[in-house]
Amino acid sequence: MSQSQTAERRARPFPPEAPAIVLDHVNKWYGTMHVLRDVSMNVAQKERVVVCGPSGSGKSTMIRCINRLEIHQEGRIVVDGTELSDDLRALDTIRREVGMVFQSFNLFPHLTILQNLTLAPIWVRKMPKAEAEELAMNYLRRVKIPEQANKYPGQLSGGQQQRVAIARALCMKPKIMLFDEPTSALDPEMIKEVLDTMIELAESGMTMVCVTHEMGFARRVADRVVFMDRGEIVESGTPERMFEHPETDRLKGFLSQILRGH
Amino acid sequence: MSGTAQIDPVPATAGATPAPVIEERRHAAPAGGPWAWARLNLFGSWWSTAVTLGLGALIVLWGVRLVEWAFINAVWSVPYNASGQPQTAACQEARGVGACWAIITDKYRLILFGRYPYEEQWRPAICIALFIGLYVVSAMRRFWRRELVLIWLVTLAVIGLLMWGGVLGLAFVPQDSWGGLPITLILATFGLAFSFPLSILVALGRRSTKLPAVKLLCVLYVELIRGVPLISLLFMASVMFPLFMPEGVNIDKVLRAQIAIILFAAAYLAEVVRGGLQALPKGQYEAADALGLTYWQKTGKIVLPQALRLVIPPLVNTFIGFFKDTSLVLIIGIFDLLLSGKIALSEPAWQSFSTEIYIVLAVIYFAFCFAMSKYSRGLERELGRATRR
Amino acid sequence: MSGTTADPRLARPRKPPRRRVRLSWSDPVLRSIVWQILIIGIVVALLWYLISNTNHNLAARRIATGFGFLYQAASIPIGESLIPYTPAVDTYGYALLVGILNTLKVAVVGVVLATILGTLIGIGRLSRNWLVAKLAAIYVEGLRDIPLLLQLLFWYALLQGLPAPRQSLRIGDAVFLSNRGIKLPELIWAPAFTWAAVALLIGAVLTYAWSRRARRRQEATGEQPRVWPVALALLVVVPVIVWAALGAPFAWDKPALHGFNFTGGLTVTPEYTALLMGLVIYTAAYIAEIVRAGIQAVPQGQWEAAGALGLRHGVILRKIVLPQAMRVMIPPMTSQYLNLTKNSSLAVAIGYQDIVSIANTTLNQTGQAIEGIAVIMAVYLTISLSISLFMNWYNARIALVER
Repeated sequence: MSQSQTAERRARPFPPEAPAIVLDHVNKWYGTMHVLRDVSMNVAQKERVVVCGPSGSGKSTMIRCINRLEIHQEGRIVVDGTELSDDLRALDTIRREVGMVFQSFNLFPHLTILQNLTLAPIWVRKMPKAEAEELAMNYLRRVKIPEQANKYPGQLSGGQQQRVAIARALCMKPKIMLFDEPTSALDPEMIKEVLDTMIELAESGMTMVCVTHEMGFARRVADRVVFMDRGEIVESGTPERMFEHPETDRLKGFLSQILRGH
Repeated sequence: MSGTAQIDPVPATAGATPAPVIEERRHAAPAGGPWAWARLNLFGSWWSTAVTLGLGALIVLWGVRLVEWAFINAVWSVPYNASGQPQTAACQEARGVGACWAIITDKYRLILFGRYPYEEQWRPAICIALFIGLYVVSAMRRFWRRELVLIWLVTLAVIGLLMWGGVLGLAFVPQDSWGGLPITLILATFGLAFSFPLSILVALGRRSTKLPAVKLLCVLYVELIRGVPLISLLFMASVMFPLFMPEGVNIDKVLRAQIAIILFAAAYLAEVVRGGLQALPKGQYEAADALGLTYWQKTGKIVLPQALRLVIPPLVNTFIGFFKDTSLVLIIGIFDLLLSGKIALSEPAWQSFSTEIYIVLAVIYFAFCFAMSKYSRGLERELGRATRR
Repeated sequence: MSGTTADPRLARPRKPPRRRVRLSWSDPVLRSIVWQILIIGIVVALLWYLISNTNHNLAARRIATGFGFLYQAASIPIGESLIPYTPAVDTYGYALLVGILNTLKVAVVGVVLATILGTLIGIGRLSRNWLVAKLAAIYVEGLRDIPLLLQLLFWYALLQGLPAPRQSLRIGDAVFLSNRGIKLPELIWAPAFTWAAVALLIGAVLTYAWSRRARRRQEATGEQPRVWPVALALLVVVPVIVWAALGAPFAWDKPALHGFNFTGGLTVTPEYTALLMGLVIYTAAYIAEIVRAGIQAVPQGQWEAAGALGLRHGVILRKIVLPQAMRVMIPPMTSQYLNLTKNSSLAVAIGYQDIVSIANTTLNQTGQAIEGIAVIMAVYLTISLSISLFMNWYNARIALVER
């Protein structure tokens, strides 16, 4: 994309069919270590993208750049028509529209499940408490653990905690959901319950970007798989194409490792 | 599924270029170097910049004045008159603008060794060196073995021999004339040597489930001692202790203070040791029981070696605390480092130069404590790494 | 959840059989009883030996035991006191009470100031500004490794080294710094101040009511009414108006130099100042470390998760980070408060008349060593116990929020 086109796009109001997320030549360094190298990618509305790659390939960093938990140093990131910048209002808007689920759940241990869910609707969306609680119970029912509402995170299993974390993000009614290795910290028997929740969410038409190694999940719901290695996007395509006919040696190597591992 | 043939505007970075070898970067990281560092860490925002400039100005201003006071305008020595009295006119003149280090050059022997006979002061000097050597050896991990106990016993015996004398042609020096840094080191080191075993017994007693009466005794001891200030124990040692003893038995004042310090230290150390005992996984106790070890075998061979290793950093920190707390014996009139500093100040000619004396004393205490705390933190990091692995 | 399915065999609860003690050394219960009797016996014998010695010695020295001396007139001169005290008229018991109040005066003020200073320095150590972080680190490292007693003597000597009253350092014409202490102007109390204070009190109650109302309103409608403008009006504006309406009286009793000393105004003695400075500056170094550790104990993921939900920095700090940091900080904070209180006993070294100093003088004057030390210990045990009870209660209260 040339410079003039970029400027033109910035000037025009965003058309409704515009991509939900645009990453345009994004670069990032930690100190002198180059962790994102010219990463460019578009995610359409309602598209489900799975990002995979070996550890240290920059996939988590990329996804964390999308809601500015990490700050990129070069290039452009546009989320839902708002460009990420130092501007705090833009940041507030994006954080409201983008939900995130972390590898280590990051539930607030001193609050009950219900309080975890209602905190942001009350303080960010300025919702009345009763309404927020009703909303929260709705989502708890959707992730199938309404009976845990008054417990504390420490009393729940890992899988339940991660489902609560998903419900917590959904309570903000985000347009986009980011998942950063949501099942990596879970025991095998709990992975399924979280994946089921995510599949259900995907089938409801949510825009999703998901960093995961769960190939079954990718095959079932992903529109596109993106393979990253050493800070750059190496290859991308439909799950079938990527898994059956990998083009690059790096993806072949990665797939063989994953298959051996499972 | 709507779009697998996706809007992917930049396929160039994707599969098209299979590049197993990563080429060198086209553009380097945003400029590094001291200027970038300063912009990030000193001038990150206008607020940060203001703070940096304000503090910087103060540091420069006070730094210059401090250097002038401590070095440029300082008086390093003063003349003496015929009778050996120091003539401090030069110091009096420099007051406020320059330090009077002459008081240190005049009094350092008194501060370090107290009233120990002047010609014999090489003996406490050797003792100080022995103490420091003992600390250094104890700090080295390759000496963490049973033999260390032996090293301690021998060193402490040699120190006692040197201080008292009376044999091998050394003149006898009564305890009343000891003073200065050796007293501080003796109180701290002997205090540790005796309170540590006591604290282990108390900690074990407090953890015991089979001996409720002993447990109660240990809890009472620890909580009572920790609830009162050290001073009250020292007062007890100085005024009440003589009443406890049968008639005619008179225990030396330093020894009485030493006993108070041991009892005080043991209560605090016991809590640290108890923390280690609690941190040890239950499986270790069960494994030892399953092997058929007796209580003392289990404790001595399995539990304590691990539990004590866990709490070495807090033990060192507690020891730093006692080292500082030994200065409290000044209040009951024992000639430690701090009191000898104060005595040095009592001479009329030197009376108004307390700042200089206190700074030197602070430097001595700081050197010991800082070395220990630096060591404890290094150890903490090292042990933390080892257990995480 | 996983209900224990009732086993028919367990239908009738059965008590475990009672163990009988065998008279054999291989019986664990018997063995533990013997050990306990042995250890307790040794301790009791030792205590009995010490007590009998003491009784013997006391009889030989003709010292009567008991607390009768508390009712005798005390000839202790006391420099500063929160309650009126006349030497040789008031009793030893009363003098000790003066000492207790003096201890509390330095401990309470010290705890508050040390917490404020320590928190600032602890946050400073986490500052992104390198210079601030470094200075805070130097403060903590430097002051923790120098004995408190030495610091106290240093501050006291520094205050003693100030010029005499006639050449005292002054700030304006009302604050004087000399070797007799700090002289401050004293406000001359007028009825208008009393009414303003009443208004302030009512304002505080109303502010509390308003903030509760605001919270209820938020729960009901989601709006977040601002609390601070109302608080400002109720706590500052209204009391000032009341004071102004009553004629705005304002007069200072300024200290003035007469001859070699000051008259009028408030005095803060050099002893109190040195003790307070020493305790605050020393304890703040420890509190700073606790605050730093407490904030760092909250994992980065908590900030990230809250940020990803769109919460603002202030809300994250108030609702997520501080409640978790507090739980980590309270136990070590408690022991620092206790340490500060116990360390205030070093007052005796610089001549501030706290409980230790007065009890010490009492035991020197009356010869009642045991009783004097018992008083000191009882006072500190009471204070220590009260602080730890309060902090345990508070800790339980905020821990309840978790489980």
